[in-house]
Amino acid sequence: MGIGTEEGRKKHQARSGWLLSLPALVLLLVGASGPLVIVAVYSFLKPGEYSGVQWIFSLEAWFKVLLEKDIFDGTISLADAHLAIFWRSAKLSLLTTAVTLVLGLPTAWFIATRPARSRALWLFLITIPFWTNLLIRTFAIMEVIRNEGILNTALLALGLIETPIQILYSGTAVLIGMTYVYLPLMVLPLFAAIDRFDFRLIEAGYDLYASRWQVLRRVILPIIRPGIVAGSILVFVPSLGAYVTPRVLGGGKNMMIGNFIELQFGQGRNWPLGASLSMVLLLIVVVALLIYVRTAPQEDRHD
Amino acid sequence: MGETFAVEARDAVKVYGTGVNAITALDHVSVTVSRGEFFTLLGPSGCGKTTLLRCIAGFETPTSGAILLSGQDITEEPPYRRPVNTVFQSYALFPHLTVARNIGFGLEMMGKPKAEIAETVARMLALVRLEEFAARLPQQLSGGQQQRVALARALAPKPQVLLLDEPLSALDLKLRKEMQGELKRLQLETGITFVFVTHDQEEALTMSDRIGVMRAGKLQQVGTPRDIYDRPANRYVADFIGETNFLTGVVEGGAVRLGSGDLVRAALGGQTGTVTLAVRPEQIRVVATNAPGAIPARITGKVYFGTDTHYHFALVDGTEVVARLQSRAQGEDDLPKGVEVGLQFEDSSVQVLGP
Repeated sequence: MGIGTEEGRKKHQARSGWLLSLPALVLLLVGASGPLVIVAVYSFLKPGEYSGVQWIFSLEAWFKVLLEKDIFDGTISLADAHLAIFWRSAKLSLLTTAVTLVLGLPTAWFIATRPARSRALWLFLITIPFWTNLLIRTFAIMEVIRNEGILNTALLALGLIETPIQILYSGTAVLIGMTYVYLPLMVLPLFAAIDRFDFRLIEAGYDLYASRWQVLRRVILPIIRPGIVAGSILVFVPSLGAYVTPRVLGGGKNMMIGNFIELQFGQGRNWPLGASLSMVLLLIVVVALLIYVRTAPQEDRHD
Repeated sequence: MGETFAVEARDAVKVYGTGVNAITALDHVSVTVSRGEFFTLLGPSGCGKTTLLRCIAGFETPTSGAILLSGQDITEEPPYRRPVNTVFQSYALFPHLTVARNIGFGLEMMGKPKAEIAETVARMLALVRLEEFAARLPQQLSGGQQQRVALARALAPKPQVLLLDEPLSALDLKLRKEMQGELKRLQLETGITFVFVTHDQEEALTMSDRIGVMRAGKLQQVGTPRDIYDRPANRYVADFIGETNFLTGVVEGGAVRLGSGDLVRAALGGQTGTVTLAVRPEQIRVVATNAPGAIPARITGKVYFGTDTHYHFALVDGTEVVARLQSRAQGEDDLPKGVEVGLQFEDSSVQVLGP
């Protein structure tokens, strides 16, 4: 009797648990999986005449992602322009990841080694940019680096340069903007990893004849690697699809995947191509996440 | 110059902070440790023993004074250039490396050839009896096993001096006893000079060749365990090591007149006026009240410890004295509370301290 009611209570608990999570499940299904399915389906259709799609199965969009057919003689070749865009996006994302890592590691180290009280303040300062709209932050960067901006004015006033340095609307401008936008995403996981790091291990390293460089490379970096991987993924994934920053700071000269996809849904009027490009972007992200998952078990062993 | 010592601290001073917040962790400490010696720094937490150890290891630089290793001044050398290794209180094993890689870390950093590292690691694993754990990660081992890995890791590079910072404090009693024996064995087998830091007086007495007792940054007494126990330099040392009865009295001829009016013979070194006598509880005999030289006392309480019983006495003026009597068969020594007895101190056991 006692056991029966116990089981009944457990069943009831399980059922109410499902009921409680139902809104979240519905939202996840409709809000995340739904659009994804639409994009996947659209990528296998023909483009509509003005926009939208025709409900006719076609592999044309997928074909166009990497290959192109010469309109005159019908020969098939690699779509160099598309590949260049992918390559540029990947390069920029990797570069952004590298720069944020190099800047983020000392920053996170600095914060993690502050006394507990001021640490909260530093973390708060790091998260402040999240409170402002991305577009506004990007325009703020523009104000700093444009020819008549803060940086050039200051350099001119100091007499270090005679003519303003053209930074805006260049690859450098995009990199600066991306680094600024994504730096917090690198610093926070790095901080979490360094915060858990046992600083006594540094002394153990020194004691066992490791120089400063060896302690960094052989003790610190391997142990905080989960944080490095997490931060890199968090920066690499969104920067690969970045749209606003390259558009505003790059001046539309150097197209990134994000801008290229937007073009297909807008002026390009080729929704299926936009959809298939989106799927390719997603694929790259999934591969990056798989790399993360493969390194993650090491973190578990550390705890 | 005579003997070169394995380790020598010359007038070492370490001050943390400045101005009113300054804390003196080492107050003009001078001490020498001979080659192959098991030397223990003993004292309560915050007495400066760990600071001295960290100065020898190179994690701290003395504010003034010098640290010498085999006669060479190493005060300014960074820890990675000192042929000295440390066994840390927290073990500080590298969590991302296997037991074997942990043990080989020092040799690897020294740039030793792979074959030599493998050979030494195997020998160290055998020395600490962990051969079958070579491929494990530290967190897969028990506390005692981690402790042994930490030992093997510190011994592998054949340091001139091994520093041990309360290495046994995290272990439970049984394991601690086991490791005490193990440490002593390792020290004898390797012949390496050990500088051991502990707050556990029993640990210090059983393992050390010599002990340095510290208090508030100052070295109170350095000597063999026997010296420290039988001839404590001052009241602090006598009190910190083992139990002691302190009796105040006034020098009268070749003896000391206690507050109770009783005369106690003691080896006076020219002291006059008020002095403190230190008498160990196990060096007090209980005799009949009319025995020669017996000090009359009344039993006020007793605590049974198995191998011995602690009797509490009150002298005629109420001064409390504790005596430890070995338990004998069938409780023939079982004295009830309230009984009047006589106490005798073994002459040589009475130590005269300052007032």
